[in-house]
Amino acid sequence: MTNYLNNGHSLASWLLTKDHKRIALLYLVSITLFFVVGGFFAMLVRFELLTPAGDMLNSETYNKMFTMHGVVMVFFFLIPSIPAVLGNFLIPIMVGAKDLAFPRINLLSWYIYVLGGLFTLYAALSGGVDTGWTFYTPYSTAAANTHVMTAALGIFITGFSSILTGLNFIVTVHRMRAPGLTWFRLPLFVWAHYATSLIMILGTPVIAITVLMVAAERALHLGIFDPALGGDPVLFQHLFWFYSHPAVYIMILPAMGVISEIVQAFSRKNIFGYSFIAFSSLAIAVIGFLVWGHHLFVAGQSAYSGLIFSFISFLVAIPSAIKVFNWTATIYKGSVSLDSPMLYAFGFIGLFTIGGLTGLFLATLGLDIHVHDTYFVVAHFHYIMVGGAIMGYLGGLHYWWPKITGKLYSEAWAKFSALIVFVGFNLTFFPQFVAGYLGMPRRYHAYPPEFQVYNVLSTAGASILAVGYIIPLIYFAYSLFAGEKAANDPWGSRGLEWEIPSPPPTENFTVSPVVTEGTHQYVHPKQEVGLA
Amino acid sequence: MFTNFPFFPQQASVQAGQVDAVYFFLVAVTAFFSLLIAGLIAFFAVKYRRRSDDEIGVAIHGSLALELLWTVIPFGIVMVMFGWGAKVFFDLYRPPAGAMEIYVVGKQWMWKVQHMDGQREINELHVPIGRPVKLVMGSEDVIHSFYIPAFRVKADVIPGRYNNLWFEATTPGRYHLFCAEYCGTKHSGMIGSVVAMPPDEFQAWLSGGPVSDSPVAAGEKLFQSLACNTCHVQGAQGRGPVLNNLFGSTVQLASGGTAVADQAYLRESIVNPQAKVVAGYQPLMPTFQGLVTEEQLIQLVAYVQSLSQQGATPSGSSVPTMGPTTGAASAQPEIKR
Repeated sequence: MTNYLNNGHSLASWLLTKDHKRIALLYLVSITLFFVVGGFFAMLVRFELLTPAGDMLNSETYNKMFTMHGVVMVFFFLIPSIPAVLGNFLIPIMVGAKDLAFPRINLLSWYIYVLGGLFTLYAALSGGVDTGWTFYTPYSTAAANTHVMTAALGIFITGFSSILTGLNFIVTVHRMRAPGLTWFRLPLFVWAHYATSLIMILGTPVIAITVLMVAAERALHLGIFDPALGGDPVLFQHLFWFYSHPAVYIMILPAMGVISEIVQAFSRKNIFGYSFIAFSSLAIAVIGFLVWGHHLFVAGQSAYSGLIFSFISFLVAIPSAIKVFNWTATIYKGSVSLDSPMLYAFGFIGLFTIGGLTGLFLATLGLDIHVHDTYFVVAHFHYIMVGGAIMGYLGGLHYWWPKITGKLYSEAWAKFSALIVFVGFNLTFFPQFVAGYLGMPRRYHAYPPEFQVYNVLSTAGASILAVGYIIPLIYFAYSLFAGEKAANDPWGSRGLEWEIPSPPPTENFTVSPVVTEGTHQYVHPKQEVGLA
Repeated sequence: MFTNFPFFPQQASVQAGQVDAVYFFLVAVTAFFSLLIAGLIAFFAVKYRRRSDDEIGVAIHGSLALELLWTVIPFGIVMVMFGWGAKVFFDLYRPPAGAMEIYVVGKQWMWKVQHMDGQREINELHVPIGRPVKLVMGSEDVIHSFYIPAFRVKADVIPGRYNNLWFEATTPGRYHLFCAEYCGTKHSGMIGSVVAMPPDEFQAWLSGGPVSDSPVAAGEKLFQSLACNTCHVQGAQGRGPVLNNLFGSTVQLASGGTAVADQAYLRESIVNPQAKVVAGYQPLMPTFQGLVTEEQLIQLVAYVQSLSQQGATPSGSSVPTMGPTTGAASAQPEIKR
């Protein structure tokens, strides 16, 4: 039977494809490569920190390692991960369409992503960049002698990929929903991506402009940020965080969408409080634009600005709390099976809860003064980005892998790896909360000896975590060649994607589906659509 | 191997206890909700585990009452955090009147400290216990951040402006001083110690060792050597505004507005004189940017500040009376305790 995978085997049939599913796989391969690169940098950082003295790498190299770890992971793995792979693959299918609204633009956005990535890799290979992923001025414009321009150009370019993907999703959701698929019948995964797309479109241009201004100051000595040229260095922080704080929600909202799907599927139960979950995604996207000033509590902004940003930062915690409570309530009286996607989802909920609650420490004005720029912050955002976004991504990959590839992976290994990832993650990042409150500053190449025990624990955890990431790489790859063939609906789940073959045909649906209810309505008999 | 690993930082300032109290409250909330969620999930996952392959869950669509409950309760809790955190922050933000001023300049990769009496130190800061200390901080190059974990205080040190930080040490001892904002290659080497001493030991320390000019005296010399005094004539009308009793006053600007003549204003008027020209004067003054270092700027500002006697100082900073600075300082440590 013809499906999107065997419909053409030439290189050109992949590199020039307009099929959203093939483009999703192009992204899958490329972001996995970047994940490996970013992980390599992280391991170098962790091994350097085994001892208090800066003895494995010199300071310059260490600074480049944490910078490139951040740049690669944030811009080339986390931001594209779920939207570009799972979103690309699933959104057209979930809305009952044959493709995204603009298939050519979709392919273009992958090429833009790759081009931006090549610039950044070039910056890394030709000597690296040492500004931190935050590129704070005037260090980045006046002091750093590294490849700031090349790396910044890579980020500038990649931003357009993000904007185009967001645009594609928004138009698709508005214009291409199947008959009967009203807004409030949309899968929550689609709602989450809709909210994410809003941030991508509205936020990304700001980082692009900011990067251009850094370039203008660095190359042309236009005084924007450097006080020696009449600029204001704190202006950069406002502009940078205006994008980069919402960017955290670009990473976490799609993961929340994944969790909403998994929790329903493995409880065989529709979500508790559908509209609260849907609207909380939009609330996070909108309020998330108004909290950037909480990164500047010690930067000398006025006390009253601090007060307002602290207040709004607390507000943005509420929709996240609503989601966690609703997911928990969904499991109540469900038919719960602990397959690997559900284990990842439980891992997500636990780690995201800790990550979210420790975010409150940073929103609390008097407390942030002490923990700002310490390992407490490092621990917090890794709980969100790794414990949250990557757990969500892995959960989603396990859930939809049979649909994407038509193959089943080893469930026993998958459960094992979920456990390893959870244990390794906590061992890596929990000690950093303690080290942070003790006062260990972030981005330190050498540190006072009393912090060593926490760093040793952290490095040990990172090694376990690395194993937890390598195992899925192996059994996923193995399943492609030797995996059992997957049925259309291996989990007994509900949703348009489970009613078409695995892997799906190129055009997704042979007849356009007519939708009569929301997803995951297990009490009603299964609809048969799309199969001629 | 790990004989010394603390679990909790020392409390060595009046602020530390207040910050830690908020911290413990948040830790308790975090532990409660994390355990609540984890417990519920574990309990539901076991109690409602799938018993047969075709089993499905009960269709429950939601409950407005529950949604309101878990919106309102978290909102109430975070508002307590907000209010309490803001209270502690405002206490950290506003130095008390009569705080002892010390000047700090950050540069890649060291901390340079000037005491009002003329003592200077690098990567060390000696302070008395039991007395509020206010740091006036500027940067020579990029952004740094002055951080004393044992005191729970931190403030960025930003080129082109002055940021303040205040604390009151309570326990004698030697504490870590860190640069908390990444500032380049040797960022992790931009560390030092804060030494908190009983007032009498601090006095002994202040008067021991080689003492250079006080910032005010150094500023006065600079004021003459840079020929500032040719235009800013003492007590008489010159080409530039009179500087006596300027500090802390409100200045009418040529552009129509007003400005308070605080330390930031004085600094800006030296490096960027055209930014805020005083009404009635021509924009004749050349910039001194690049001609004076950050430390010299601090000395000039301290000198101009000294031309106004205390009383008119904003932010309650205590500008020491000029002249016998050591004598004045030695009379002060009895203020508290």
